[in-house]
Amino acid sequence: MSIPPPTRKNPLARTRQPLLPPVPRSRAALGLGAAASWGRFALQVCASCEHVQYPPREVCGACLSGALVWRDVPSGGTVIAATNVRISADPYFRERTPWRIGTVTMDAGPAVIAHLHDGVAAGDRARLVLRLDKAGQGVMLALPEDGRGDERDGKAMREMTADPRDRRVLVSDGRNPVGQAVARALIEAGARVVVGIADLWRPFTPVAGAEVFELDVTDTDSVRRAAAEFGGRIEIVVNTAMHIRPGGIIGRGDVITARDEMEITYFGFMRLAQAFGPALRFRGADGTHPACAWVNVLSVFGLAGSPAWGGLSAAHAAALSLAQTLRAELRPGGIRVVNALVGPLDDEWHQSVPPPKVAPAAIGAAVVRALREGVEQVAVGDVAQDIVARWRDDPEVLAREMMEGMA
Amino acid sequence: MRRHPYNRIVLAAPTTIPYERYSIHGAHRWIGLALGESLRAAGLRPKDIDGFCCSSFSLGLDTSVGLTQHFGISPRWLDHIPMGGASGIVALRRAARAVQAGDADIVACVAGDTNHPDSFRQQLTAFSRFSADAVYPYGAGGPNGSFALLTDAYMRTYSATREDFGRICIAQRANALATPHALMKRPLTMEQYLAARPIADPIALFDCVMPCAGAEAFLVMRDDTAASLGLPAARLLSTIERHNAFPEDPIQLRGGWAMDAPELYAMAGIGPDAVDFLETYDDYPVIVMMQFEDLGFCGKGEGPDFVRSHDLTVSGDFPQNTSGGQLSVGQAGAAGGHLGLVEAIRQLTGQTLGGRVPNARIGIVSGFGMINYDRGLCSGAAVLAA
Repeated sequence: MSIPPPTRKNPLARTRQPLLPPVPRSRAALGLGAAASWGRFALQVCASCEHVQYPPREVCGACLSGALVWRDVPSGGTVIAATNVRISADPYFRERTPWRIGTVTMDAGPAVIAHLHDGVAAGDRARLVLRLDKAGQGVMLALPEDGRGDERDGKAMREMTADPRDRRVLVSDGRNPVGQAVARALIEAGARVVVGIADLWRPFTPVAGAEVFELDVTDTDSVRRAAAEFGGRIEIVVNTAMHIRPGGIIGRGDVITARDEMEITYFGFMRLAQAFGPALRFRGADGTHPACAWVNVLSVFGLAGSPAWGGLSAAHAAALSLAQTLRAELRPGGIRVVNALVGPLDDEWHQSVPPPKVAPAAIGAAVVRALREGVEQVAVGDVAQDIVARWRDDPEVLAREMMEGMA
Repeated sequence: MRRHPYNRIVLAAPTTIPYERYSIHGAHRWIGLALGESLRAAGLRPKDIDGFCCSSFSLGLDTSVGLTQHFGISPRWLDHIPMGGASGIVALRRAARAVQAGDADIVACVAGDTNHPDSFRQQLTAFSRFSADAVYPYGAGGPNGSFALLTDAYMRTYSATREDFGRICIAQRANALATPHALMKRPLTMEQYLAARPIADPIALFDCVMPCAGAEAFLVMRDDTAASLGLPAARLLSTIERHNAFPEDPIQLRGGWAMDAPELYAMAGIGPDAVDFLETYDDYPVIVMMQFEDLGFCGKGEGPDFVRSHDLTVSGDFPQNTSGGQLSVGQAGAAGGHLGLVEAIRQLTGQTLGGRVPNARIGIVSGFGMINYDRGLCSGAAVLAA
């Protein structure tokens, strides 16, 4: 059963205020959200006795060791009880009842109370996934074991993902190949796309099926005009504006390039967020296809600076930090902030960089996949994935590796 | 090793402060009124008790400690039992041993809670760490959602039907009709039970208790103390207590009683057939059915047959929750863990407010509480005799 496209909104009807599911969690339980943000399924495992446990604890529930690590574990299980919660104490769920939950006994050991996908019933085998709920907290969701076609249209799934189909998306910069590829992938996924183009009078490569609007992220007036024109009709913003130049500090000799990098990557992001953020946050529960996500396409060097791309790394580190703030500020609207971290692009500015390099089309596909799966972070391409793996292993060692000219 | 018997320990002065759906007052008032009422019934003044044990969910920052000053008592033995529906049994166990050892002579066991329009939700949001982390964010159905899962699993495993649970609720409602302070005073039919508003499938309205304000109290002392005060009293024969029983069970189909019931009967020197009435902890009927099984009145999974073949009313062949239980009287928070004990003392001392079980000599009271994550962790039971 697929969700029909949204009908025209009654201009007289009150816009439903976004509510959030319960937020409070212990520090240990935040590990679920950390795993879910990358789309991983990880649980606490005892390093001493290998016991897999849930709910998260401060010590091992089997041997009382304090050596607990979050590790990817098999996610299969059996639903042994199910219910439809029809009366809920919480205002968010009260608007969404009946709400299905169930008890799943995992093959890995623990019994888990989980949200149930519409296609899962008591007695069924199920595949647990960790998803971020509207409050951005990691939660357990039981999906049919044999992933079905209509999986992403499930009620719980819709609340925890940002499927672009039948949603209106702004791609902030359609002048660069990444913006064009992202726009094409979103249109392919069923979205209605507006592409921002700075200086419309200059020639640009159009994207078939996308609307075009004058938008220059370095120009506050331009960004405000665009937001005033269509900001209230956008459900997803993808910021593809970027300024790619090699170089660090001494070789450049001045701050002109660095200023351009910050102007586009950092201030441009902030301008866009100031102009489009308020309407997104307000429309987080608006109709069947509410506003749902903000996506930044950022360099993985923002996570760990590459001296060869020092100026770019700094600008993207600034933008990554800003994304953290935007995530907190958009949370009241249930809007997900996604960072697509990309490695060196296969473009003219990376002419001398040896492969593997990431193709713009791969970034478009990754953005669509991230929205459908509801993750907050995705590493696109081999280099980005490699750096993220090293960063997760030890960010301080990675910083030293980057200095030795790695990447 | 055999447990030390409870020599000459008795329970007296069964006290109930009539329940109210909502109260503008704090829990301190309900607990204080219950303490005062039980002392008046015993002809005692506050300074005459030297032990005090309290259970409550709604005291805010206070525990039994703050209550001593609030109530003007100076006990030499003090306890606070945060175990919800098991708090009555646990309070009794601790008080009994204190009196037996001479650490106190008279212990007042009191439980009470207030109830404001939003207090139930507020309590749910911060009930336990596991609950906040791993239950409440899943539909926020509260105990209704948790017990719906247990009920669903029980029905699947033992082929119980909604009618089977209905029999328990309907019999308790019949018992409640004679209880003056019961909040539910209209007879309940099977048609009404089955047609009730669904709450969390398979649980419907009449499977749920109504949160309310109220308090229950009783006094624990030696039999000679009771005799000198001229107080009718029930004797304590045996008790059990267990926490986090059967952690390996994937879902709760049995409680801690299944671990300890043999000891309960051995210590009392009786068997289940000697029991004249049973006061179970009845936050949901599925838990009542588990207590029938786990306390040995029938085998595991035979609960549905048991309720089909027994009359659970006061005048029936298996009197159960003789005042109507929480399902019909109301659930005054932690006082729900004392309700059965207070009613059992009344039955055994001829002080019933409502229906009376003829010639009741021996009663079992059972407690159950604290859905920390997916199951109730605390269980206990006591055998009382006239």
